[in-house]
Amino acid sequence: MTENKEYKVVGTRPIRHDGVDKVTGRALYGADFQIAGLLHGRVLRSPHAHARILSIDTSRAEALPGVKGVVTAADLPTAEDRIADLGEGAVNLKYLCDNIFASDKALYKGHAVAAVAATNPHIAEEACTLIDVEYEVLPPVLEVRQAMEPDAPLLHENIKTTSMGETAEEPSNVASHIQHKLGDPEKGFAEADIVIERDFVTGTVHQGYIEPHNATAHFNQDGQLTIWCSTQGAFTVREQVAEILQHPISKIKVVPMEIGGGFGGKISVYIKPVAALLAKKTGKPVKVLMSRTDVFEGTGPTPASYIRVKMGATKAGKITAAEAYLAFEAGAYPGSPVGPGAMCIFAPYNIENVIIDGYDVVVNKPKTAPYRAPGAPNAAFGSETVLDEIAEELGIDPLEIRLINAAKEGDRRADGPIHPRIGFIETVEAAKSHPHYTAPNGKKHHGRGIASGYWFNIGLESSVTINVNADGTINLIEGSTDIGGTRSSIAMQAAEVLDIPAESVNPSVVDTNSVGYTAVTGGSRTTYATGYAAYEAAQDVKRKMIERAAKLWEVDESNVQFADGVFSSINGKEEQISFRDLCGRLGETGGPVVGSGTVNPGGAGGAYATHIVDVVVDEETGKVEVLRYTAVQDAGKAIHPSYVEGQIQGGAVQGIGWALNEEYIYNDEGEMTNASFLDYRMPTCLDLPMIDAVIVEVPNPGHPYGVRGVGEVPIVPPMAAIANAIYDAIGIRMTELPMSPNRLLKAMGKI
Amino acid sequence: MRNLTGGEESVTVPGATVREVIDNLENRYPGMKARLREGDRLKPGVAVYINGLLTRGSILERVDADAEIHFLPAISGGTT
Amino acid sequence: MARKSHVQTTINGETVEFLCESRQSLLEVLRDELHLTGAKEGCNNGNCGACSVILDGRLVNSCLVLGVETEGKSVETIEGVAEPDKLHPIQDAFLENAALQCGICTPGFIMSTKALLDQNPNPTEHEIRYWLAGNLCRCTGYDKIVRAVQDAAESM
Repeated sequence: MTENKEYKVVGTRPIRHDGVDKVTGRALYGADFQIAGLLHGRVLRSPHAHARILSIDTSRAEALPGVKGVVTAADLPTAEDRIADLGEGAVNLKYLCDNIFASDKALYKGHAVAAVAATNPHIAEEACTLIDVEYEVLPPVLEVRQAMEPDAPLLHENIKTTSMGETAEEPSNVASHIQHKLGDPEKGFAEADIVIERDFVTGTVHQGYIEPHNATAHFNQDGQLTIWCSTQGAFTVREQVAEILQHPISKIKVVPMEIGGGFGGKISVYIKPVAALLAKKTGKPVKVLMSRTDVFEGTGPTPASYIRVKMGATKAGKITAAEAYLAFEAGAYPGSPVGPGAMCIFAPYNIENVIIDGYDVVVNKPKTAPYRAPGAPNAAFGSETVLDEIAEELGIDPLEIRLINAAKEGDRRADGPIHPRIGFIETVEAAKSHPHYTAPNGKKHHGRGIASGYWFNIGLESSVTINVNADGTINLIEGSTDIGGTRSSIAMQAAEVLDIPAESVNPSVVDTNSVGYTAVTGGSRTTYATGYAAYEAAQDVKRKMIERAAKLWEVDESNVQFADGVFSSINGKEEQISFRDLCGRLGETGGPVVGSGTVNPGGAGGAYATHIVDVVVDEETGKVEVLRYTAVQDAGKAIHPSYVEGQIQGGAVQGIGWALNEEYIYNDEGEMTNASFLDYRMPTCLDLPMIDAVIVEVPNPGHPYGVRGVGEVPIVPPMAAIANAIYDAIGIRMTELPMSPNRLLKAMGKI
Repeated sequence: MRNLTGGEESVTVPGATVREVIDNLENRYPGMKARLREGDRLKPGVAVYINGLLTRGSILERVDADAEIHFLPAISGGTT
Repeated sequence: MARKSHVQTTINGETVEFLCESRQSLLEVLRDELHLTGAKEGCNNGNCGACSVILDGRLVNSCLVLGVETEGKSVETIEGVAEPDKLHPIQDAFLENAALQCGICTPGFIMSTKALLDQNPNPTEHEIRYWLAGNLCRCTGYDKIVRAVQDAAESM
């Protein structure tokens, strides 16, 4: 299963390079940034979920002592209806701008309307209350099926459904319809001995990063704009701000500070252009911070959805056909992750006959943003629950039915492409032989469930520069913001090439003026693609060092080899010099050595996970407690296993929160009534057992060390695994998320 | 795109690069180019898979004789 | 502009004087007036624990304490935990166990752990989980944090 390649650094567990800064409080996150003359900005947000903005009067706010500037949508350049590719996929600029500041309509409670810069944050907050906005309140549309009704109130007059390339005549809240079809589903269902069809509903959930959004901007008189901020991608901030403000990218420098979590939620910009506008207006640096409520109400959650899944199988457990209907809430503007949801839903299985329909639907909620394997968890909740039911009806072990149908290299995905080398079967087999799966499970109200999941992972552009130091160490310059230990997983790949310890690499994440273009830390791509760039940069260093050794010994480069950290001459004169010693002789052999590596790799390897969970259901309260959790995942190759385990554990726990507690609760007016960490209940450590992360390694042929992405797929299986465990415990199929105590009590007929 | 191919799920066209493949698709199925290209670039939001592997998303991508190409919506994501 | 009060307090063993408005929280004073930005703001209403500090020996959320309330008191923050030449065993244990990912919650967890181990040097896993339930971490799933606290307790 695991390729037995010998590595010296890859696969070890060094202390992370930024560790000391982070345990001593010295690491500087976005909100920690200080600069002389700083003003503080705050944003006024719409109190209504759906309202026409009739007028905005900022004069009373501007008159408050300490207020230095107020901005609204009128300060933004007029945006065209244009699709731009801004590093996180295609974005309609008009929508992007309207989400920064509502222009004609406020489309969700919390939609930014205006912003104030003042000498301190309290004055800025007070000034926000002095801005007079006249609204014409409109009825809100808060649920995807309601929004799809022909007589539903419309959010946008100009959105007409595009379906298979055709655009409808009449406006609608359904922005688009996609379909994937494989084989003959009708024939497949006719061949089935058992067909099961179920409906599922999932709630709106938030990424829940602990650090709120932040941005400090300064606009020089010459038009040079600098933004210090927490972001998943400094270059995507630069691109988005450039488009929104119609300002050249060469005049924008984005300085990525340390980032306190993102999970996909810190790719879109919200207050970065606002800080820039306020800085321009006041001539001073302006820091804008969000409150926790701003984060819940004004930034991208991941969508609520309605899903219908139908699957048919023979008595032997072979799936003959599968059908899915996915309707996702995009929030206020089109762009839900229904596309990836539709592409992932049946991807673990080799099914000949499949039809999948996906709908992207606008509703009066914040515009959704990516969240860890966006779209896939919603979809897997449906498909993995139905498959469990089929296994149960047929009397087949749930892991066995997955093995019977498991996709492998050469099989075709429902959306078309054939699978390259993948490790799904390996995860199921590892789960099957895990002591958790074979442990006894039979007590009253105790249950065990399993589920699997798939996520693509992506490649995209990365750049790395390596500067060689005289003492045999290297400085590694990269553009991937480090959210979970990637300084180390990237540094280790360069260290492996140069045969130096991980500690001999000093990695730095730098600003957009100081490194080549690097796409976002997202899509599980950082250790894969930026690690690949580091590998290439280290290879470049190695080549150049061989040239220097050849020069030193006056031999041909082809006579110099590098092994075990030592350069040696293999023909004629016998010479040897260590990497470290040669680093000390760079000046006399031609000057400093700088290596560079840039990639846009096309070989990202898909990731699979299979999870096992034991729960106990409290019959009195409806509370579900997770007793034991095992998460098996194919990492391709774990560069730093501790941080791979960390990704698996963290993703699984976010999934547990999504399964059991987390949801946006709305009243009829479209106000979120639980916009705090007290009421939006994320898992605490008291809610959880240890999470056993099991790494399976099926190397990805598209990476020199076999790396697949690891960050996203662990959030895909937990919801279905827990639903299946609840069924095992109490014999009730839960089809609505979260499976909170009140929903369980209702399902059990207690309330 | 099936509506442009008259319902065909899979079609075979010549071409040594994705650019040539799209041009040849357009010749046979008018309207295809508008779906896949914007000027001399791949349209934003379109992803190209060649033999099952997601490519870097360029019309310059080289294509072998029997290669299987898929045009799909691009994806994006987020980890920690 | 609101009138400012003069406050004298002890922070990490040093006498510190500052001016603050009565509406400013200890968290704001630490971060904005004293530039001790190790305590983080995650929610500003006591739910996340990212701003945890120790006030006269008691663990508090500094966002729920007013700056003026610290007059004559003693405050311990993350900046005072390590010795000049070496980390505190809790800090070492967090690093060795890879008990942090993004790190924004880490100062709060370390202060909370310190307060726990100061009063209960040998906590059970359940006691650790109960005590740390006031600190939210969204990255790790807590597994490695709990192990780090167990290791720290053993090494101290």
